[in-house]
This record gives sequence, C-alpha cells and structure tokens, in this order.
Amino acid sequence: MKMPMKPLPNDIMILGVGMTPVGEHWDRSLRDLALEAIQNARRAAPGIQPQVLYTANMLAPCLSQQTQLATLIADFAALQGIEAMTVEAAGASGGLAFRQAVLALASGQMDTALVVGVEKFSERVTSDVEAALATAGDGDYEAIHGLTNTAQAALLMQRYLHDNHAPADALAGFPLIAHENGAHNPLAMFQRAIPEGRYQKAAMLCTPLNMFDAAPQADGAAAILLARSDAVADEMNLPRVRVRASAASTDALAVHDRPDPLSFTAAATATSQALQQAGLKLDDVDFFELHDRFSIFAALSLEAAGFAPHGEGWKLAQNGAVKADGSIPICTMGGSKARGDAGGAAGLYQLVETVLQLQGLAGEAQLPHAQIGMAQCLGGAASTAVTHILERVK
Amino acid sequence: MEVSRHWRLKHQRYALQGEICPHCEKKIFPPRDLCPHCGEDARTTYNFGGRGKVYSYTKVVQAPAGFEEQAPYTVALVRLDEGPMITAQLTDIQDEDVEIGMPVEMVTRRLASDGDRGVLLYGYKFRPLMPAVS
Repeated sequence: MKMPMKPLPNDIMILGVGMTPVGEHWDRSLRDLALEAIQNARRAAPGIQPQVLYTANMLAPCLSQQTQLATLIADFAALQGIEAMTVEAAGASGGLAFRQAVLALASGQMDTALVVGVEKFSERVTSDVEAALATAGDGDYEAIHGLTNTAQAALLMQRYLHDNHAPADALAGFPLIAHENGAHNPLAMFQRAIPEGRYQKAAMLCTPLNMFDAAPQADGAAAILLARSDAVADEMNLPRVRVRASAASTDALAVHDRPDPLSFTAAATATSQALQQAGLKLDDVDFFELHDRFSIFAALSLEAAGFAPHGEGWKLAQNGAVKADGSIPICTMGGSKARGDAGGAAGLYQLVETVLQLQGLAGEAQLPHAQIGMAQCLGGAASTAVTHILERVK
Repeated sequence: MEVSRHWRLKHQRYALQGEICPHCEKKIFPPRDLCPHCGEDARTTYNFGGRGKVYSYTKVVQAPAGFEEQAPYTVALVRLDEGPMITAQLTDIQDEDVEIGMPVEMVTRRLASDGDRGVLLYGYKFRPLMPAVS
C-alpha cells in the first residue's frame, strides 16, 4: 500500500549557502574545499551553531583512502563534538544528505543542521577515476563487463535516438543552453557559449555520446545551513527561503534490470511525491535544476517529471522551452555541464543555486520570476533520485 | 584480487545460469531469489540458451582500470530470447556490423585482468549469431 507523503513543517528555512568553484584544485584537499564552503554558508548566520553535520561524498574511500569523512570535516571546521555522518548515493549524495537534514529538522530532534558536499576527482589518473565511478553500477553484472558511467549513458542515448527517430544532434540543445547559462556564473568551470556547429563536429566519447554530452567532473564543495525558524532569531536580512518538499526514490541499480531503460522511474516517483507533499502542480514550478551529468539524463529527467511526453524531452531543448527565458528554465547557472560536476556534491550545488535564484542573488544568471524552484539529483542512471522543492517566503 | 567474488559467480559467467519463477514462470537473470515480476520466492535454477538481440550498444574508448588493454571495445545491452536483458561486451565484430536488433549468441571470453597478480577473469560476451550448419 502506498502511503501519501505527509507535509513538511512550514518553517524549515535556509540560513546560508556557500560553494567553491568547480575545477581541478590540485593544491587543495577534501577538508580545505569543504571548509571554504562551510564558512561561506555560515557567514550569513554567524550566531548559529549547527547541531548535526551531514556530508555528501561519493568517492573519498576509493580515490582518497578516506572514510569517516564527515568526522574529519567536522573536526577541521572546528565543530568538535557535533553529530556527523557521510551520505553516499553516487551522484545523488548531495540531495540525499540535504534530505537527511530536512528529516532531522522535521522530526523536531534538531533545530539546526549543516550539510556539505565535497568531491575530489583530481587525485588520480583517468582510468582509476573511471573504475571508481563504475562502482556506482552493479559491480558483478555491469562494471565487470567494462561498462563505464559514460558507456551506460551512451547505451541509453543510442536507444533513445533510435526509438524516437531523432536526429544525431537531437540532444545538442542541452549542452548549448547549459553553457549559455554558465556564461553568467562567475563560479562556473566553463563560462563561454558553445559556438554554432561545434557540437556536430565534436569528438566521440562513447558513440553516439560526444564530449559535449558529458559534464566535466572536477573537485568542489558546496554547503547549506538550515534551521527551524522558530528555533532561531529572525535576524536575516536576506529573502527567506524554505524547504517545501523533499522526496527520494530508487530504481533497479543495473539499467538492464529495468522494464523500460528509457523511463527514469525513480525520478518520476521522487518528483510526483515532492509535488504531492508540497500540494503543488508541475505548472507551479518556476525553474528546474535537473541533473545534466549527461545530456540524455536531461531529456529523460524532463520526461520523468512530466514536462514532456515519453520520448519527447529532447524537443524542449530544440524549441528553447528550457532556456532561461523559456517556459521551464533548467540548469540556470550552467548545470553540471558548464558549472562542472562535483560528484557527490553536485546535488548541493544545485540546491545552492536554487536558493540563490529564489533570493534574487543569482547575479547575471538571475531569472525574472523565481518563487518556486525544483532541484533533482540522480545517482547513476537514476538508480537513486532525490527531488526538493524550495520556495521564497513572501 | 577478489578470488572468492569471481569464483562465486562461475555459473553465471560461464553458463548464464539464472532462475525461473515457479509462481509466474518468468525467467530471471541475474539470479536474485525474489522474483522481480511477482515478488514471490524464485530459487529454481534455469540455464539460459545464450541467444538474444542487441537492444543498444556503444564503443568504449576511455577504459577503466583493468580494461585498458581491451580498449576500444563494444559494450551492449542484450535482450535474451527468454526475456531478461543483460550487459555484456560484443566480440568478433567490425564496428560497422553492429546494429540495434542484431541477433547475437553467447561465447566465453576473457573479461578483464584482476590486479597486479594478473589473474584472468573469464565470462560471457556475445558475438553475431553464426549461421546454422546444415
């Protein structure tokens, strides 16, 4: 029996956000990056002492030989004694860590919570990173056949183009729009638009997926400080943003175990649950920070959410509906493609950017009408999906 | 080196051994003991015939550690004739031969080398279906 989602308390507020640029930070460690994001997030509410630290990370045990990462960061951020834990769900780690904070606050056990996502890819050579990333799939039945994350996305893209009789450059609009938006984000890895015609000539990574269809993965950290507003003095001068909904869902880990690999079922479930919890319709959402780790993920996420019928998500990039001035803007500050994809931190970058849009602090990337924003991150090819809806409080 | 992990999977790797659900009669691969279709116990062994069709495919150039010497290689989703889909490499092919819907059959080949000791892992790959000898 499916239970309806209970509404969240209406006073789970964002107090501060922070992030580092995504890039190859050779000179910086996991703890350095996390600290910078945490300090930025806490700056807006210096009097608030968080009671718990949730850390989102995917690959520290594989690439940095580090477990108990949350404890390390709590220690390094001078939060000694605080409860801390690491949350791992591959690319969905950030959203899922944020959700733990929301649940802790909703339960009434915590009044304040800090979430930080951090990832460090640049410690290792590419083949080691590929092997580490492949651990997000089914180790016994996918990774052992040499299936990389990129290859998995390419398998979906190949079949998607075939089934929908779509042209080879059907998905080109997604990276083009991401780069267009990233040009307005001073923290983005790529701040330049992709010239006309470049997508069509790009080198293949895994046919038919080319270098523009994959987000660059690099180091970075993002953090968010939350509180129940009845628990803290309302001393913030910034526009107030609250968490309206939080939902998570899973699908078969291996793509081959799904009845229809081209349906992101977990993403569909997490989004419909979030909307139901918020008492909102899809039309009420002003912008959608979806997870464009690969351009095919963007198309399938739009379809799963219900913005496009099955097989037609790519048309929203072609007709401009997902551009900043379209009916449902996506990746408003560049998304993973232009901002850079910081693995387990990606979901927190999305949420930080959602907050900035709702606060009117997105600078050149600011949308004119941003009251309600939806952010969704994915673990693997949507084996895990986490959807949040944030709202600017009037 | 993960000897026991690979040894444990020998029936799947060498013989495509899965299960058949005694309740809804759906065939299951890989074996998972609970039927994903009806949710009942499904522990009856079933050996798959090893034939299927390519659902999708791609060529991997940037190989993960352990697979570098094979790159570039083609990996595919294969829909087995009995129903389940599996992930496997295609072998004995030229790039231009591969297409969605292509009939393929299982062969046993080297999958990867495991660690510095150079233990070789064998298992299923798929090649284009050979014409029957009359």
